[in-house]
Amino acid sequence: MNSTLKRVSVACLLMFGLLMANVTYIGAVKADGLRTDSRNVRGFYARYAIDRGWITADNGKTTLAKTVDTGDKTFRFEREYPLGKPFTHVVGWFAPESASGIEAAMNRYLDGSHPDLVVRRAIDLVSGKPAKGASVDLTLNSKAQEIAYKDLAGTGKRGAVVALEPKTGKILAMVSVPSYDPNPLAKVDKAAVNKAYNKLNKDDNKPLLNRAINLTFAPGSTFKTVTSAAYLSDDTSRDENTQVDAPDSLPLPGTNISLPNYHGESCGGRATLLQALTISCNTPFAIMGMDVGYDKLKEQAEKFGVGQPLKIPMEVSPSDIGPDEGKAALAKTAIGQQSNQMTPLQMAMVAAGIANQGTVMKPYLVNKIMGPDGAEIEGTDPEELDEAVTPEVAGELTKMMIGVIEHGTGGAARLPDITVAGKTGTAETLPGKPSHAWFISFAPVDNPKVAVAVFVESGSAGNDATGGAVAAPIAHDVMQAVLGR
Amino acid sequence: MTAKRRGAQLGMLAFAVLIVMGAYASVGLGINGKIPSGMLGYGLGLGGLMLAAYLVLAKWAPWADPLLLPLVTLVNGIGLVMIYRIEQSGQAGASATTQLMWTALGVVMFSATLIVLKDHRALQRLTYTAGFVGVVLMAIPALLPGSLSEVQGAKIWIRIGGFSIQPGEFAKLALVVFFAGYLVAKRDVLALAGRRLLFIDLPRARDLGPVLITWAFAIATLVLEKDLGTSLLLFGAFIAMLYIATQRTSWVLIGILLFVGGAFLAGQIFSHVEARFNVWLHAEDPALYDAGGGSYQLMQGMFAMGSGGILGTGLGQGYPRLIPLSFSDFIFTATGEELGLTGLMAILIVYALIVERGLRTSLTARDPFTKLLAGGLSFILAWQIFIIVGGVTRLIPLTGLVTPFMSAGGSALLANWMLIALLVRMSDAARRPPPQAIQDEGLTQVMQR
Repeated sequence: MNSTLKRVSVACLLMFGLLMANVTYIGAVKADGLRTDSRNVRGFYARYAIDRGWITADNGKTTLAKTVDTGDKTFRFEREYPLGKPFTHVVGWFAPESASGIEAAMNRYLDGSHPDLVVRRAIDLVSGKPAKGASVDLTLNSKAQEIAYKDLAGTGKRGAVVALEPKTGKILAMVSVPSYDPNPLAKVDKAAVNKAYNKLNKDDNKPLLNRAINLTFAPGSTFKTVTSAAYLSDDTSRDENTQVDAPDSLPLPGTNISLPNYHGESCGGRATLLQALTISCNTPFAIMGMDVGYDKLKEQAEKFGVGQPLKIPMEVSPSDIGPDEGKAALAKTAIGQQSNQMTPLQMAMVAAGIANQGTVMKPYLVNKIMGPDGAEIEGTDPEELDEAVTPEVAGELTKMMIGVIEHGTGGAARLPDITVAGKTGTAETLPGKPSHAWFISFAPVDNPKVAVAVFVESGSAGNDATGGAVAAPIAHDVMQAVLGR
Repeated sequence: MTAKRRGAQLGMLAFAVLIVMGAYASVGLGINGKIPSGMLGYGLGLGGLMLAAYLVLAKWAPWADPLLLPLVTLVNGIGLVMIYRIEQSGQAGASATTQLMWTALGVVMFSATLIVLKDHRALQRLTYTAGFVGVVLMAIPALLPGSLSEVQGAKIWIRIGGFSIQPGEFAKLALVVFFAGYLVAKRDVLALAGRRLLFIDLPRARDLGPVLITWAFAIATLVLEKDLGTSLLLFGAFIAMLYIATQRTSWVLIGILLFVGGAFLAGQIFSHVEARFNVWLHAEDPALYDAGGGSYQLMQGMFAMGSGGILGTGLGQGYPRLIPLSFSDFIFTATGEELGLTGLMAILIVYALIVERGLRTSLTARDPFTKLLAGGLSFILAWQIFIIVGGVTRLIPLTGLVTPFMSAGGSALLANWMLIALLVRMSDAARRPPPQAIQDEGLTQVMQR
């Protein structure tokens, strides 16, 4: 019987061989497909098995997103956003199947899967503790953020506010209105989350969009600062007292239409650059734009960051001054109209660049990353983006922008005992449609601590909404909050 | 001459218990970062049990194969840990305490078998008694009303009060004993060749009787108890033993043809057989996945193993409760999630070693009955592992069977511990040195010319 027994033994060996081959096929080849199959809910559960790192501001003193241990077996760790609406577009949310804002951009730090955290993770693995992510501290100044949101939401209009620290590029405030409460989107009930999300997605006011970085708008007169920068840089003999033509109306070359000043006001035929910016004449800046030409204007804008790919760490939509469409178009581009489209963040970078003696710093939101024990793992070092103008030109632009606050359209942003520099903007959108209201500023002039861009969107602002009346008061409050007054 | 290797056996046994203790601690650490509070009692319990089994073995079967007991201890222990882990995950029906109690009873059965059965050849005299007992055990659930015998569609239980027995598991043992005794007696007749067709010697038509009876019995099991697994298990074991005894390949072919034909006909008449087949072929089809009695459970097992990948999530860190009945038929997949491909390979190797030790006993045995019984028991163990593990891993259609020593369930544990006791008893006989002659008779018989 031994010969048949041996054959049966071979058959048994074959059976085990088949089982092992099949198990190997499942565990090594098919594993990824099975793991990511939409019917495999483990990926969804795994999101809640991690003690996700917190998101904070003010050097860890203010909690923006925290993880709560519910003790539940399936959904142990849930996410909460204690300060809610004002911070939604920055902090984002951590939903069952998606994420946004910092929650998405810094996910691999927050969930601990980033290669930088591998040693810590290995320790957790060995000690059998649930995985704990790193915490992310943001550059935000929570007081400035709160006041910016309160003021902007208080106008009942749509818009955005961005505040930067000119010397570093730290984003001190970034607000988009309308906002929404992120907490309902962070629930574990997929159906309820989808319902809440779809409702926001269908809303005509598009609350899900971060207007500060993901939408571009005509910058209007605030862009005159860029045009002035190009004009001053083009010839070093020019300064804020250089005389320029300032006709009441400028016939646009190659067309039969004329460009008027705002509300048909007169700028007296000739004016210094300082005077022209202070009362925001259109014609002199249109002439200056045509004088320096499209290429130099575009180059100047690019030095302020326009068109450069940027991550803060969320991706920023690129701004653009528009294509070269001839002299008439260029005249309008120079005063922030035509196809000239800027994000509110971009205009804040213009103000910050001028404030920082012409050097534009790369804007960023992540101040530092802290391990589960609170120790710093990585800090962000400020980085130069570009030198937009020389310190001399920056000084001349600053004097012109002080004029706007002291004697011109930006009086509402004046601060007691502190010199403020700024520029208003009221950008026409479509004929018959209300204008966008803009305001950019920085303070204190001698040692800039904050640069702000405030944007209030068309259609919601009403006909008389000028940058000076609607946007400047918000910038005033934000600067005051940052400066601690 | 073979050595007893008792020291090595004790060492390996201790090692097996140690691995199981480590796994048990790892479950606790994985779930809530604490070593389970019952760890000491549990460890002492398992260690004490196995020490008792070892002492019985050392006294009543000193020449037994030293590997069998440690290997079985290891899979039984891993099964216990998995059931504890599944119980912790909150899946209803899993109870580690009950399983530990059954393990203890299994060890008692193991010891009792070794103590009572001094010589396994006594079983040969009980051939027809064993056959009768096996048939009765198999038939009881079929004859009982569904309320006393049916659980989740399979009519394979005897339920009295809060107590349930799966008689098929014991029938398995009785029938293998019967097959061995019967085939030893009849193998010469069954091996006689009839006509030759192509390259195969067909048996004589009048010798088909026993095969047809067993086949009819297997099909009846399938039809009356809706239990494709046990039916396949017993018929496969019979054919394998028939082949071992008669050395005729034709019996294997006839057996396969009969079973496939019978199962096919049954599939035409009874929807559940065909449904099993469909689920196997098209498990990932969303319509089948969502259908009641469809591929949901099978796919959950596959998802678990896929998520475990090569190294697994670690004990206590997977989601076994997502797999329906993860403590029973699907315990292999739940283990795959937490211990990964690595763990599954280790378990398969341990199983393969148990089977290999059994087959080795069969090869070294001196009489045909022992050869056939040891071979049959080893094969049925391998065959059962192949059917259930192949089923839950989609190698073959899924037919519900117990994963030996791992799945929750008392009957299977008792029966399989008895199976191991029989193998131990036979290996003791096989390895025992033949009696030495008192005198050197060789010299005295030399004749001087």
